[in-house]
Amino acid sequence: MRSKPHSSVKPLMLEWLLEPLSFEFMRNALMVGILAGILCPVVGTYLLVQRMALLGDVMAHSVLPGLAIAFFLEINILIGAFVSGIISAFLIAWIRSQTRIKVDAAMALIFSSFFALGVLLITLLRNKLDLDSFLFGDILGVTQADVTRTAMITLVVLALVRLFYKELFFYTFDRLGAQAIGLPINSIYLGLMAGVTLTIIASMQTVGVALVVALLVGPATTAYLLVKELHQMMGLGALLGAVSSVIGMYISYYLNVPSGPCIVLISCGFFVLAVLFSPSEGLLTQPEAVNRAASILSRLKQTERSK
Amino acid sequence: MLLVHHLYVNYRSVKALEDITFKLPEGILVGLLGPNGAGKSTLIKALLGLIPKQAGEVLYRDAPLQQQRKQVAYVPQRSQIDWDYPATVWNVVMLARTTHAGWFRSPSRQSAEIVKESLRRVDLFDLRDRPIGSLSGGQQQRVFLARAIAQQANLLLLDEPLAAVDKKTEALIFQIYDELKAEGKTLLISCHEWGGILNHYDQLLLINQRLVAQGVPKEVMTPTNIELAYGIPPQPRHFHDALETTFFC
Repeated sequence: MRSKPHSSVKPLMLEWLLEPLSFEFMRNALMVGILAGILCPVVGTYLLVQRMALLGDVMAHSVLPGLAIAFFLEINILIGAFVSGIISAFLIAWIRSQTRIKVDAAMALIFSSFFALGVLLITLLRNKLDLDSFLFGDILGVTQADVTRTAMITLVVLALVRLFYKELFFYTFDRLGAQAIGLPINSIYLGLMAGVTLTIIASMQTVGVALVVALLVGPATTAYLLVKELHQMMGLGALLGAVSSVIGMYISYYLNVPSGPCIVLISCGFFVLAVLFSPSEGLLTQPEAVNRAASILSRLKQTERSK
Repeated sequence: MLLVHHLYVNYRSVKALEDITFKLPEGILVGLLGPNGAGKSTLIKALLGLIPKQAGEVLYRDAPLQQQRKQVAYVPQRSQIDWDYPATVWNVVMLARTTHAGWFRSPSRQSAEIVKESLRRVDLFDLRDRPIGSLSGGQQQRVFLARAIAQQANLLLLDEPLAAVDKKTEALIFQIYDELKAEGKTLLISCHEWGGILNHYDQLLLINQRLVAQGVPKEVMTPTNIELAYGIPPQPRHFHDALETTFFC
């Protein structure tokens, strides 16, 4: 399938990097991957600071029934996905406010029910939807139109985050305070959920709905360990997300494996590095840890000498 | 003048507040007192319209308070805030200027000046770039007090602002209350402290689902009222401490 253009002048590394770019599908996939890598951590930051990281996972799985129905009715499947995702977010908020049930239980219920409904509908409606490609990403199928659509979604969501930055900051930090000062908190919640759903739709082809939560949460969590302000978390998260996407795509190309898991594991790798080596709170680099290690070393040396 | 008229609030079909009626004049420091679960936080939230009321009216300067959100500043209970949120002291105080700036706009230079001044008043200006999670309990309470000041509201509703506060900060906070009062602002502050500290308040509202008593501390903290609010007769020693240190020393 792959033809390797030979060039004795180019160093091997450069050739390794450039080869995938000679295919249009790979150029498209990389573009979509970078865009999703930037967008997911920005939106994911808002989920993270509200301790709602798993909501991203819930909503990602909840788009499935909408996809199936829209495909059956032959309308734009993204509209179906959007409506379905928003309904799930609304139901979680409703269960939370109207009953004594805690949010984690509400999320688990909605998550599994919507996903089950989606799988059932795909079978019943005899959809030709490829479940696997929605679950784990399908970079081979990325078209130019997909790139344009993802770019549009990314631009719109990032612009909205910029425009409503201070209101979203207030809402996610102190919801009651935001309500007290007169901010329309229900509209803000709905807007945020719309943003999450759009982000999931934009990332579906790259990482797939089963793993998109990793891109929403992973790079932002890593950034959280390294910086101290919300906008810095978003910026660094976006950078890490984009880099994870690119590295993941190359691995996916060369090992001939789905792109989603590769991207997710790279992003997880960054997180492990930050946990170990963050200058302020890394397990191996924080002052206490360094002191502890030094004292253990000196004790070892003493026992050595006494022997 | 803040006027609360026959306020009823239910919390999931349990009666939380019943028939609360009181008036607060301007430029006064009022302590909201009552046992745990008496509905102190609920009352503050109901005044602000953060939770629905079954019946009753909350009027400020003859109009519903809910329609004048810029007039009222709210300090939530410490436990309602996630102190690990990635935000600096400065950014949190700047939140007070959100509605003044309006949608789509960054806060003005004037807002920055107001925030600076508020931080100086609570003695936190030097810590303005610190993450809020790295502050002590007393410093965190002062961040929220600064936010309330920066809102430049006339009515301040504070929910247990003295929780986790050391004596030195407590004195500073009461000094700020007095300054705000002198500017003609009305402060309603829920508290769970007893003893001499209650003398700082001009008035006390003693509640336990219903309003038990309102007035100057000496009139409110009588054995009868305390028994009515707290359900049990005050422990002799506790009671003795509360009253003696408060009113006779």
